[in-house]
Amino acid sequence: MRIIKKIQTRRGAELNIKGKAEKVLSRTLSTDTFALKPDDFFGTIPKLIKKEGEVVQAGEPIFFSKKNPRIKFVSPVSGMIQTVQRGARRKIEKIIIAKSSAEDSVSYQVKSWQEMNREALKELLLESGNWPFIQQRPYGIIANPEETPKAIFVSTHKTCPLGVDFEFITSKNVAEFQEGIKVLNKLVDQNVFLGVDEDHPGVFEQIEEVQHYSVAGPHPAGNVSLHIQELAPLNMGDRVWTLNPEDVTNIGRFFQTGKFSPQRTVAVTGNSLNNPKYVVTTLGCELKPILDEFEIRYPQNRVINGDVLTGSTTSSENGHLGFFNNQITVIPEGNDYRMFGWLPFKDNNILSLSNTSFSRLFKKKGFEVDTNLNGEERALVVTGEMEKVFPLNIYPMQLIKACMVEDIEKMEALGIYEVVPEDFGLIDYANTSKIEAQEIIRQGIELMINEVG
Amino acid sequence: MNALRKRLDALKKPFGKGEKLEKFAPAINAFDTFLFVPNHTTKKGAHIRDAVDLKRTMVTVIIALLPALVYGIYNTGYQYYIQTNTPFTFLDAFIHGAWKIVPMIIVSYVVGLSIEFAFAVYRGHEVNEGYLVTGLLIPMIMPVDIPLWMVGISTAFAVLIAKEAFGGTGMNILNPALTARAFAFFAYPTYMSGNKVWVSEASNVDAISGETILGSLAAGQEVNYSMLEMFQGAIPGSIAETSTLWVAVGALILILTGIGSWRIITGGILGAAFMGFLFNLWGANALMSFSWINHLVVGGFAFGIVFMATDPVSAAQTNKGKWIYGILTGIFCIMIRVFNPAYPEGVMLAILLMNVFAPTIDHYVINANINKRKKRWSNAQELKTA
Repeated sequence: MRIIKKIQTRRGAELNIKGKAEKVLSRTLSTDTFALKPDDFFGTIPKLIKKEGEVVQAGEPIFFSKKNPRIKFVSPVSGMIQTVQRGARRKIEKIIIAKSSAEDSVSYQVKSWQEMNREALKELLLESGNWPFIQQRPYGIIANPEETPKAIFVSTHKTCPLGVDFEFITSKNVAEFQEGIKVLNKLVDQNVFLGVDEDHPGVFEQIEEVQHYSVAGPHPAGNVSLHIQELAPLNMGDRVWTLNPEDVTNIGRFFQTGKFSPQRTVAVTGNSLNNPKYVVTTLGCELKPILDEFEIRYPQNRVINGDVLTGSTTSSENGHLGFFNNQITVIPEGNDYRMFGWLPFKDNNILSLSNTSFSRLFKKKGFEVDTNLNGEERALVVTGEMEKVFPLNIYPMQLIKACMVEDIEKMEALGIYEVVPEDFGLIDYANTSKIEAQEIIRQGIELMINEVG
Repeated sequence: MNALRKRLDALKKPFGKGEKLEKFAPAINAFDTFLFVPNHTTKKGAHIRDAVDLKRTMVTVIIALLPALVYGIYNTGYQYYIQTNTPFTFLDAFIHGAWKIVPMIIVSYVVGLSIEFAFAVYRGHEVNEGYLVTGLLIPMIMPVDIPLWMVGISTAFAVLIAKEAFGGTGMNILNPALTARAFAFFAYPTYMSGNKVWVSEASNVDAISGETILGSLAAGQEVNYSMLEMFQGAIPGSIAETSTLWVAVGALILILTGIGSWRIITGGILGAAFMGFLFNLWGANALMSFSWINHLVVGGFAFGIVFMATDPVSAAQTNKGKWIYGILTGIFCIMIRVFNPAYPEGVMLAILLMNVFAPTIDHYVINANINKRKKRWSNAQELKTA
């Protein structure tokens, strides 16, 4: 392994939360229903191919993207479309598939993929439903198959709180992962950039035909935005593609078997669980049977599809696993009052990055966290605190303000192309005024997509 | 605690959503949230949040102000008794000071908070905590004998014109507390400057000479205070500005908790020391030859740079900008002191001036970042076309 660059940052924070998943893979779980949520694919408007009641095979397209009909989204399992859940203005929220006992899946001829040219390979990825695994920067949307990216990034070092250890879950699928990398290399003019944990590259050391770089530092050091800034900074009009390590494995497996591989290894974490661990399952699976495997400690909990900073709330009763996330977090709801909680140095059991609390001085074993806002939203007053947890070479508060006033020119100049909402997760957490930074950036990016494209 | 909570919830009922008094909810919430941190949970964005909020931040500033305030109260009595040659105890001095200063604090809070509450109800947002600090700062930087109605009018001017006219907390250009002082300074100069306002009762009792050190220097008189007295603060001046020692304790609290910007404070001290040193070399008049170390401990410099210049809203917001802002504030403070004998205290005007320039400083700092990005873009463009 030759490290082409060591990326190090000090700006950020390691949130020491209780409930890290033990490195044990629980048995493969299957559930009765599976769901695809168009909202998982930011910026995608779905057009249904299959209707309620129709039978689908695993790997058969269910809907496509209105903007680019070549991008198809396939069923992870074989079964029947049970319901199409719609929300306000008939927006499709969830397509639920009831799994059948028969396991039919669509098969593709993949033996000779190495002889395929780039376009044919793209076509195969699009047709087989593997394309949505590929994300594009700027904006963090599904990649546009008509373009060739400047680079492809795969970051295996997840630094988010209680984040999944990709080294651990990939260690059993090294061959598939390697195959996936080879496929990706055909889509781009230089080898894929593979980010590894500086202290623990593990199995990723053996991966060939990649440009290794190492990452060290507190969260958000593992976020791809930082790596792109260091290795292939985005200029106006540039495209960079990013993938999750497990999706590289899924693509690799597809090219070995010819069948769409929807595998998801999920770290089920959080301080509400007594025995957090990893579960191997399928993307879109029902969450209830998974959560039933765990002892839950509190009466009222929040189930989060993803990590505590960037995930989305879901329900433990009828929630389904998201398309991209390798993590479920369960934490208690914090809907209670705290008397005089605003006094400095009171309630040091609440994790705080601020020096107005002693919390960081003790509790080395990890903090119990809950969903209390710990205050109320206020005007932006305190300055300098966002920069402390934001390693990109961007002025975060100024960018947030530019997004708030929808000043497109300013947003461009301040670096909107180089960020995605998840980069602002820690700012959400740490800012005194309880500003919803991720939401503001998301709306800013939506504006950019609509106005600039 | 639960019983109290239940009573509060019952009290708050008529202010709830869709109820009769909903409009006034911000007012009642302001009181409620001072008893209890509300049970609000995160709705979007990060699911967990830091324990710090604006209340905690502002309360920390108030805690940092307390040492200087308590000493200021004591010093008010001390100056009065020492100059009238009356024997006194610590308690006597403290009571004399408190008798003068507590009413000023009450006036400032009542006037300012009434306006804040009215605007919160009118605009339908929650009451911001920033005024808790402003309201305490205003009396702390006034001369002790200023009539209460002037405190009230200055406060109203500051909150209405310097703050609410710009959109409220977080939007103001000028530091509201300094604006209050500047208003009083220009509207009622006889109560704000000269040699009869800095010691309690000086205008009534002939025996009292209430000149500040800077005032004496500007008038070309000798200064009879030792360095220690100046540092400790047993000198005449605005109520809480005199004691560099207790201001330094406050600065330590602000810096250790991360609430006050150490960059601005350090920059300010460096700027003032540098400018003072230059004037020492020049030494054309009494103020110029006044040692640069003494410049740091007399007058309102320490108080201003620690508590007023660090106001995050009116100061520069970028880290580089904070250095520039701090250094320039220090330089201008000493420059105004030395060059303009009509304003022996330069820190107020220096900070207000820099408040106005802070956005410009930030503009250039941020533009450097923008230009770097744009240069990268155009370089890439050239590569593509070449």
